[in-house]
Amino acid sequence: MKNLTQAVQLPASKIFNTASLATSLLIAAAIGSVSTLSHAANVQIDAPKSTVQVVFKQMNVPVQAQFKKFTATIDYNSAKPESSKAQVDIDASSLNLPAPEYNAEVLKKEWFNAAQFPKASFVSTSMKSAGSGKLDVTGNLTIKGKTVVASFPLSIKTEGKSLTFEGSLPIKRLTFNIGEGEWKDTSMIADEVMIKFKVVANQ
Amino acid sequence: MQPETMQRYSGKSVLLHWLVAILIIAAFALGTYMTDLKISPTKLKLYSWHKWIGVTVLALVAIRLLVRLFSAAPAYPDSMKTWEKQVASLTHIALYVLMFGVPLSGYLYTYAAGFPVVYLGLIELPALITPDPAMKDSFKELHEVLTNGMLLLVILHIAAALKHHFIDKDNILKRMLPDFSNKE
Repeated sequence: MKNLTQAVQLPASKIFNTASLATSLLIAAAIGSVSTLSHAANVQIDAPKSTVQVVFKQMNVPVQAQFKKFTATIDYNSAKPESSKAQVDIDASSLNLPAPEYNAEVLKKEWFNAAQFPKASFVSTSMKSAGSGKLDVTGNLTIKGKTVVASFPLSIKTEGKSLTFEGSLPIKRLTFNIGEGEWKDTSMIADEVMIKFKVVANQ
Repeated sequence: MQPETMQRYSGKSVLLHWLVAILIIAAFALGTYMTDLKISPTKLKLYSWHKWIGVTVLALVAIRLLVRLFSAAPAYPDSMKTWEKQVASLTHIALYVLMFGVPLSGYLYTYAAGFPVVYLGLIELPALITPDPAMKDSFKELHEVLTNGMLLLVILHIAAALKHHFIDKDNILKRMLPDFSNKE
């Protein structure tokens, strides 16, 4: 977009006076920008403002934990949101629980088995418009090597150049074998886990 | 010695005393045991039970304090020296302070850590503070210090009761025991 504007604003004389190679480069850049505009653009993720949280119940006690490391690639098309694409990769070893002594515990085989499955990921396969600022997102959720199709409503807020994608995705931990052996007991740790995320990006 | 003039604590007070005593001992035993356990579902379960007992103690002690404020404790026997009476009174006041302080510091500790208390797995209790790692460490420290203080006072309390019963042979211990006589 910037390239395009600059190219157009350059006086015609200047363009013609420049070496033909430079001219063709500028035109190529302009065309490139145009094609990006008409399709979607990867938005810049504002990592410090973005969060991926999980909320679960332990003997009915709500516990919140955060994944400290993750990357999100969002190919967002504001004109045609349904054509947007998103991928989120979460570092399984980065879960931070309210009791830090449990952080090492959840890396173990019974939990995330982070040595064998270092990443959890979500890759969108379809986005459907669900009213203004809302999308129904479907995609493949992979945790601990197991992939499941998951759908959730996504809300998108635009504020100037800043975009906020927010949503909650309920999962069942036992589907992904999170908590094996004695930890399978759902009266201790409920099967239902809510993944809550907020991704802030700049267009 | 002189059963005809013996003044007892009220039935309510006696019941509350022993109920709280049993719960405090249970919470102390659990608290000491659970913290050394390896991470396991059992450990998490014991933590919950410990918190539920603590909250129960807090509620019962609040009732005890009201009972105590509205119905005076029986007077100390005349055989006790003034300083003995003063030490006994001070110990009782300190015990009351700690019966509030120990569970309250534990309550604040768990909330500072980000773990709310869901009493009996049913009722989520109000968060008085927001999670804060620095506060968590301070309240943990406080909970331990107050618990150690409580342990010392309870030992002193029991030793004094036994001394009164077996050495002084007065009614101090008996007046806090359940009254099984059918005189009334």
